[in-house]
Amino acid sequence: MKRILFLFPVVGFVVLLGVFFLGLDRDPRALPSAFIGKPLPAFTTAPVRPGDLGLSNSDFDRGEPVLLNVFASWCGPCRVEHPVLMRLRQQGVPIHGLDWKEAAPAGLKWLTDNGDPYIRVGNDESGRTGIEFGVAGVPETFVIDKHGKVRYRHVGALTPDDWEQKIGPLMEQLRKES
Amino acid sequence: MRRLLALALTFALLAGPAGAVNPDEQLSDPVLEARAHKLSQELRCVVCQNQSIDDSDATLARDLRIILRERISAGDTDKQAIDFIVARYGSFVQLDPPMRLDTLALWFGPLAVLLVGGIGAVIYMRGRSPAQAAALTAEEEAELASMLKSDEAR
Repeated sequence: MKRILFLFPVVGFVVLLGVFFLGLDRDPRALPSAFIGKPLPAFTTAPVRPGDLGLSNSDFDRGEPVLLNVFASWCGPCRVEHPVLMRLRQQGVPIHGLDWKEAAPAGLKWLTDNGDPYIRVGNDESGRTGIEFGVAGVPETFVIDKHGKVRYRHVGALTPDDWEQKIGPLMEQLRKES
Repeated sequence: MRRLLALALTFALLAGPAGAVNPDEQLSDPVLEARAHKLSQELRCVVCQNQSIDDSDATLARDLRIILRERISAGDTDKQAIDFIVARYGSFVQLDPPMRLDTLALWFGPLAVLLVGGIGAVIYMRGRSPAQAAALTAEEEAELASMLKSDEAR
């Protein structure tokens, strides 16, 4: 019995080691959104493309899961993920965009120069719309289900790997949900 | 010289930690500003995660400081103002975490570890208490008595 008691600290240490080891793989910046399972808050934004409609929360419950990509022309990682978004758009994945913390002409120039993967795209010059649903920086990509509820938040550039491993399958699953 | 030193000391003591709050963000009402300042020390900046929004130079921290001051000027209580930010960024931003079912481990985890360790230490130390010396046999007693006597006789 006493010998078993001596094993306790060892077992405890091994468990801690395991927890820390798993923790190495976790990104402390990848926080879950406070809006998981909830609809986006009400918002309306001005358009980026002149003469276009902006983006509002009512664009999200159209019976189809969509991506909401928050971007800016001043953001480096956005340049990295842009080709991925373009490819997804070509494959027919619906994406809405929110141009964060810059004037609309800067966003428009970005889309003209690099291509425009968005169905709707709104301008959020003050950043307040993004803050309404917990945007901490750009780029961030939200997965919104058929009913306009936030299901997943991806922080940082969207890589082909992220799409294949996580977001693509999730979109597929959401498409099948009633 | 002494005066100069005293003056320097006074200024040094007056200088508090500056924080990243810019003058243009501050509220003109000192009471409200003091409240906002205190609250912003309790909110974590989500960009540079180990700083409060009061300390952080990130633009998002600045936005949140301004939003906090807007809420307070609009008549929010401290709790309402904090809840406004928590509703958007989650409980993670609270540097002073509330006591809830999912934060119990955070609040009482260290105490639990101390208790377990303490109990373990007590058990260990009890097990190590030196063995009591066995009582002397009758033979040894007799020998001892004779030794003492011979000593006394000398």
